[in-house]
Amino acid sequence: MLYAVLSGFLLAALVPLVHRSAGQFTGWLLALLPAALTVYFASFVPLISGGEVLGQQWTWFPGMDIHLGFTLDGLSLLFALLISFIGTFVLIYAGGYLKGHPDLGRFYIVMLSFMASMLGLVLSDNLVALFVFWELTSITSYLLIGFNHESEKARKCALQGLFVSVIGGFFLLVGIMLLGIYGGSFSIVELLNSSEDWFSAAPLTLLILCILGGTFTKSAQFPFHFWLPNAMAAPTPVSAYLHSATMVKAGVYLMARLNPMFGEEMLWTVMLTLFGGVTMFVGAWLAYTHTDAKKVLAYSTVMALGTLTMLIGIGTEYAMIAFAAFLLGHSLYKGALFMVAGSIDHEAGTKDLTKLGGMRSLMPWTAGAALLAALSLAGVPPLFGFIGKELMLEAVLSAGPLQGLVVALAVVSAMMTAAIAAVVALKPFYGPRVETPKQPHEAPLAMLAGPVVLAAVSLLFGLLPGVPETLLVTAAVTAVAGMPLDFYLSLWHGFNLPLLLSVVGLTGGAILYRYWDRTREPLERLMTRLDRFAPETGYFRALDGIIWLCDWQTRILQNGKMGNYMIVLVMTTVVIVGYTLAAQHGIQFTLDWQDINFYELAIVALLMVTAVYATTTRSRLGAVATMGVLGFMVALIFILFSAPDLGITQVLVETLTVILLVLVLFRLPGFARYSTLFEILRDGFVAVSFGALMTVLILATLDARMFEPISSYFVEAAYPEALGRNIVNVILVDFRSLDTLGELFVLGIAALGVYSMLKLRAEKLND
Amino acid sequence: METLMAYAIGVLFGCAVYMMLRRSIVKLVIGLIILSNAANLLIFAVSGMTRGAPPLIPEGMQLPEGAIADPLPQALVLTAIVIAFGVLAFSVVLIHRAFEVVETDDLDQMKDTDT
Amino acid sequence: MTEPDKKIMKDNTVILHTAALALLPLQLLFSVFLLLRGHDEPGGGFIAGLVGAGAVVLYLFAHGVDATRRIIRFDPRDLLGIGLLLGTVSAFPALLRGEPFLTAQWWIFDLAGTEIKLSTVLVFDIGVYFAVVGTILTVVVSLTEAEE
Repeated sequence: MLYAVLSGFLLAALVPLVHRSAGQFTGWLLALLPAALTVYFASFVPLISGGEVLGQQWTWFPGMDIHLGFTLDGLSLLFALLISFIGTFVLIYAGGYLKGHPDLGRFYIVMLSFMASMLGLVLSDNLVALFVFWELTSITSYLLIGFNHESEKARKCALQGLFVSVIGGFFLLVGIMLLGIYGGSFSIVELLNSSEDWFSAAPLTLLILCILGGTFTKSAQFPFHFWLPNAMAAPTPVSAYLHSATMVKAGVYLMARLNPMFGEEMLWTVMLTLFGGVTMFVGAWLAYTHTDAKKVLAYSTVMALGTLTMLIGIGTEYAMIAFAAFLLGHSLYKGALFMVAGSIDHEAGTKDLTKLGGMRSLMPWTAGAALLAALSLAGVPPLFGFIGKELMLEAVLSAGPLQGLVVALAVVSAMMTAAIAAVVALKPFYGPRVETPKQPHEAPLAMLAGPVVLAAVSLLFGLLPGVPETLLVTAAVTAVAGMPLDFYLSLWHGFNLPLLLSVVGLTGGAILYRYWDRTREPLERLMTRLDRFAPETGYFRALDGIIWLCDWQTRILQNGKMGNYMIVLVMTTVVIVGYTLAAQHGIQFTLDWQDINFYELAIVALLMVTAVYATTTRSRLGAVATMGVLGFMVALIFILFSAPDLGITQVLVETLTVILLVLVLFRLPGFARYSTLFEILRDGFVAVSFGALMTVLILATLDARMFEPISSYFVEAAYPEALGRNIVNVILVDFRSLDTLGELFVLGIAALGVYSMLKLRAEKLND
Repeated sequence: METLMAYAIGVLFGCAVYMMLRRSIVKLVIGLIILSNAANLLIFAVSGMTRGAPPLIPEGMQLPEGAIADPLPQALVLTAIVIAFGVLAFSVVLIHRAFEVVETDDLDQMKDTDT
Repeated sequence: MTEPDKKIMKDNTVILHTAALALLPLQLLFSVFLLLRGHDEPGGGFIAGLVGAGAVVLYLFAHGVDATRRIIRFDPRDLLGIGLLLGTVSAFPALLRGEPFLTAQWWIFDLAGTEIKLSTVLVFDIGVYFAVVGTILTVVVSLTEAEE
């Protein structure tokens, strides 16, 4: 499975080569990979539907309990199949849709990387690995929304999507860490199999809220739903793939994945049911008020995501079955509908539904696919969408405490969804012919394959519900519910309440469609007036706030005055280190004034005098000369105290330093005095505090010998092992030679820096 | 001896910080030099100072005779001296270049130049 | 640039001129001596490099950049490159023998009665020598050139 995931990244790297040689057939060629993956994953179907769970592990960071583990159970398999199956057609479709686009190569690269990340996400067993893939999908999504990077709108929308999902990702990371710390493992399988004793010790509310923060933003739940319609700035194949069938379902996937663990928690069920229900309604409502085909579909995706979340929240047997069936159905018809919308846009030059009509005879295949997919969306028998909706209604009727609310929301949403389906599928193709910017004709084969196949599968699964049930749905339901459930899918459940609600929904939908032209506009006006309260306004407010905050703190902290930075740094050090020292060590030191020779005293005194002289003199030459004296005093100290190598080095370096200063410093102006008396006193205070701190620190260090010096090994091994008598040199070139090598490179970089700075100037002067 | 050194090093650090806080860029260079010397002495002093016992192994012996000065801090300081020289060379030339471009040696005015 | 500043470089005396010429080979020889004995006595790549660089810098001050470039033949940056290369190369022989990166390798043999000790450590130390010489000369030569 590792190779299945990696193959996408690998092929992405090879895209430039393929693209150069295969030209316009690149899409077909690249689609072979997801097609092969579909077959590969399909080969697991018999095993998995038999109740098996496959797992594979590769060690990644063993020290941190992070592995590249993959698990294939019913839920992963369902997702993996959807990703690779729909991916196949999306790649083919993209070849037609973006034909001749100069950046098509880049598009394929990101698309394949996305596919691989998404596969990694749904197959990962380790939560940390899952998070890595999760963020990868956010990044690839960002790149794809902003694919038309020359359009400012696309860039903005891409950034919005990224911000929302990355902030969510941050919360998810916190949630995952809490889960790992308190649950004792990062492996999903282990967490699900472990007893839930740790719940009582863990900050469960925080944990659940953090995880939901990640999943809600990713899956565009209210109030974070606004980024998804804006993501429609992406080319249509992206919308069809990422923003309806796969990526936005990642959040839903994770909630379904963790449901067996949290399914009993009140907070979890209520949050999911409530927010899911509200999202479902808001999505349907907004979809109804829009006219841009892609926006309508995007909002209806929000509706579907809300439905899925709500179903997980309800958590009954029916809800689980409904979840799996609805998920499968939605991915199929929504992928198809998006591709149809893209084809309309591509062929007719507009995707505004009020400006389209009567194209059925011109694009018969597209119209047919659209009709089938829309029937599935509306939930009309005998399509698979009907089964999903029927089960959903059945589930909300058993929703427990929130039953009244969710039933009402579900029925209204169902009505509006039916109306939307009709608007999307009927408006462009039936009725009187409306003039369009381009003369439409049937979409090319590449752009037909996807919608037709996906719509046909919707019909096939509807007519033969046993096929998806035995192959996919049963195992997925087992994974979500945490135990096997006994059920079967069928179109006909007899005359019951769900059927009645279904009929109500469809009838209501038909009426709403009939009056769409008239009701839509007042509703849209109402929504514009409500904009002030929309969550998206909050997003922009927050963005402005962050910019304001950065502006403010930059002016305070980064004012460009080096003196201020230094004072802040030094005083922070003094206060923090000084406090710690006083608290931990006290201010008692052993002072030893006996062990000093008179010439040593003289040298050290001269050292201090030169330093003070250098700071007080107004003569530049005087300061440089004192630097020489200071250096030689230091060298003397080294030599007196058993460090001949240091002494020699210090003397040599001191000579070179003076040469350097002579070469450069005397071409700069002399010592200028810019400071006021206040500044001198202030800086003096800072300097004295720092000096005092260092003195105290050294005295404290001398008192506290906590460990044996580690150099005894170097001393003992220097001759027997390293064949050297000068231990310092042996350490430099043998024991710690890697450090020395690094230091040599630092020297080299400094020298090259000097060289380039001077060279650059020479060239400028020559100009 | 270490006690005395602790005071000397404190004086050096104080002088270095004071010089680095000056607005005249030339004084900054002097501050840097004092600072690197102070840091080297600090490492040298806290490891304990020994008279007349350099870390050398006499000819024909496997181990040094008696106690010797700790060689590890010496190795650290040795490279630190050379590195400090490299860094000093870099910063001196950088400062010189900056002076040529913005034509002021006042650090506070440098921030207002757009070059 | 003010007048006295310029003089720092140009004010050559005959004594300095001659002394630098005579001292250069001696100092370089001494630096090599320091380099080779560095493993057993005070010395080593850093110190020897500083001495060697000091020798060339003295010559540079006495005779100017062009004469110095002629006499050292290499661009100082090449010396720096050689140093870093030698330092890096000495890390690899250990890998061939399956030991950790940078482990010292020794080859000790007899040459006409004297024991000759060759090692990757020596290669490394020579690398240090060249890197230090290269660094200092790069800085000083570019500075002097910038002045002229």
